[in-house]
Amino acid sequence: MGEQKAMTIKGNMATAMGAKLCRPNVIPAYPITPSTLFPEKMSEFVADGELDASMINVESEHSAMSACIGAAATGARVCTASASQGVALMHEMLFIASGMRLPMVMAVGNRALSAPINIWCDHQDTVASRDSGWLQFYAENNQEGLDLMINAFRIGEDKRVLLPVMVGIDAFVLTHTIEGVDVPAQEDVDDFLPPYEPPHGKLDPKEPATFGSFGTPEYYQEFKQAQVEAIEGSRDVIDEVFEEYEEMFGREYNKATPYYCDDAEIVLITMGSMTGTAREAVKKLRKEGKKVGLIKLTVFRPFPSPELKEILSGVKGVAVVDRNISPGAYGAMYSDLAAAYTNDEEKPILKNFITGLGGREIFVKNFEEMYEMTKKAVDTGNLGKPVEWINVNEDVLR
Amino acid sequence: MAEEELELFASGHRACAGCGEGTAVRQILKVAGPDTIATICTGCLEVISTGYPETAWEIPIIHAAFENSASVASGVEVALKELGKKEGVNVIAFGGDGGTFDIGFQALSGMLERGHNITYVCLDNEAYMNTGIQRCSSTPYGASTTTSPAGKLSIGEHRPKKPIAAICAAHGIPYTATASISHIPDLKKKVKKAIETDGPAFLHVFSPCPTGWRHGSDDTISIARLAVETGVFVLWEAEDGDICNLNVTVKPKKRKPVEEYLRPQRRFRHLSEKDIEKIQKEVDEKCEKYGF
Ligand SMILES: Cc1ncc(C[n+]2csc(CCOP(=O)(O)OP(=O)(O)O)c2C)c(N)n1
Ligand code: SF4
Ligand SMILES: [Mg+2]
Repeated sequence: MGEQKAMTIKGNMATAMGAKLCRPNVIPAYPITPSTLFPEKMSEFVADGELDASMINVESEHSAMSACIGAAATGARVCTASASQGVALMHEMLFIASGMRLPMVMAVGNRALSAPINIWCDHQDTVASRDSGWLQFYAENNQEGLDLMINAFRIGEDKRVLLPVMVGIDAFVLTHTIEGVDVPAQEDVDDFLPPYEPPHGKLDPKEPATFGSFGTPEYYQEFKQAQVEAIEGSRDVIDEVFEEYEEMFGREYNKATPYYCDDAEIVLITMGSMTGTAREAVKKLRKEGKKVGLIKLTVFRPFPSPELKEILSGVKGVAVVDRNISPGAYGAMYSDLAAAYTNDEEKPILKNFITGLGGREIFVKNFEEMYEMTKKAVDTGNLGKPVEWINVNEDVLR
Repeated sequence: MAEEELELFASGHRACAGCGEGTAVRQILKVAGPDTIATICTGCLEVISTGYPETAWEIPIIHAAFENSASVASGVEVALKELGKKEGVNVIAFGGDGGTFDIGFQALSGMLERGHNITYVCLDNEAYMNTGIQRCSSTPYGASTTTSPAGKLSIGEHRPKKPIAAICAAHGIPYTATASISHIPDLKKKVKKAIETDGPAFLHVFSPCPTGWRHGSDDTISIARLAVETGVFVLWEAEDGDICNLNVTVKPKKRKPVEEYLRPQRRFRHLSEKDIEKIQKEVDEKCEKYGF
């Protein structure tokens, strides 16, 4: 094993370095705040001869994803990066990438969607594409951003999976923030991630095949079913790969990671960078003798219902903190968790909190507040509003 | 195998009888040969040729969506180069007129500007046929379509056809040509030049649709021929985007009146003598510019 190199880098640099270590062949990309540094860095790596790959500086994100599809179908290892409006513009093509079972990795600088236009963090962009058939991972910090990129290639390219993967890093909080990151040695990543050869053929005149057929009602549903089986099957692959990564590189990953959950009465669930703040809140509340824990959700698709329910067994109240909203319904994590419990007799009280939209700060005191509200619901049986908004500027609302 | 015998677009596909697109693709692939990868757009071509579990294609192809044949092909071409497999392999991006003139125009422009070694072929039947004959920026003045219907207050399509090939040529690409399924030797010569071009080439192929133009299914070739003989559709080629010095490859000795082209097509049947005169005048002016 080579030595890992300690560096202090921005989140975008971390995902770019993670991608570079995976030796992609083709990188079609289009700049958008806060992800722009990714294509810039990849271009530099290529220009300096550090990475043997081709950039395609396309004219839009729709074309970026289209070129990713063309290149992946030709047998190339492909990656790109985007955010917000860019991911939205790609939306149509996201389904086609997964439907054609083309592994590829996209780093997303999670950013709010317009209108109003806003460049800061929330998870609406990737959450809005949760049904596109991509696996979705969310990083808490820059180290996770780098590590998850490497894991994403390995998991997506696994013969049992063959699906594209998004790795979310929060806008600015991670993309533009400098943190210490340990960067694995190239030869070790080469051992971890073998070269990619599509197992079911590619665009090759020696073996002509038609990709992207017209699927009539007699066939379409089975295509979708097979795709869903693949993402279901990715659950075990994710565990295996995370474990192997930990053995090789010494950093632990889980679909859902508990913190102080063993004897907890109330548990907060978070995704992305807000987890660090939530952890501080839990520490503080624990010092005050409150039985509170935290779950960090790293894998949002496939949704880890079994893991979450196991961690939450015996817990009385769950505060699901969504940095996204499905207007007219709930936050996405909340909906999925609630659905996972539908047929259970014993279940905790779930409360849905929406906060941090468009870069709104989330403070330790906000998590304390969410804890208190959930505790009150458990103690009094008064559940409060179906969706609670946290850290609201009432003056603006009026 | 001799080019004539080479069949890479199989019979038995589901195009309407007399469809121009099938003829165009079959002839183009005879020239391109088996070492070709194609991308196609959503539209008639995809529907008639890729119904799972069948395919009409004897070469590898990929269909992704409606507006992005050019960008999917860009990914294919760069991947081939990066994997060391481009040598001797042609990449052809097919698009309908809708997928080229309208919704795919941005992707096409990007592909041309980036200089990919791709031959882009637009199969122009002058409307969105697959969705039921809606107007496109390729639809000519006076044609009745389902979204530009002729009526008491409407002549049908009221805007002229967008000069797509000239616009593509204006990107400064090494080779641009217009062609028609009525002039196969001319078409094939241009296909050969296009695929031998190092860099982007654009081929605009006139391809009548009996269903949408409402003419007899056995009139497809003669209608296409009339378009050339009347000067409605001019066959030309240009190198390095030099449209001031384009080469008109088929010059009718004496142009036939446009009426002969318009009358057999029921999409034009509402046109009055005066309307036809107006169209004739515009065609005359255009042909004068082309020098015949
Ligand atoms: C994004 C998107 N918008 C609309 C459609 C619907 N649609 C499918 S094919 C088509 C028209 C195709 O027209 P053209 O490119 O001229 O090809 P043709 O069918 O005439 O050969 C349309 C509008 C679509 N598939 N995708
Ligand atoms: S509608 Fe027109 S273009 Fe489509 S298959 Fe029929 S004849 Fe061909
Ligand atoms: Mg058309």
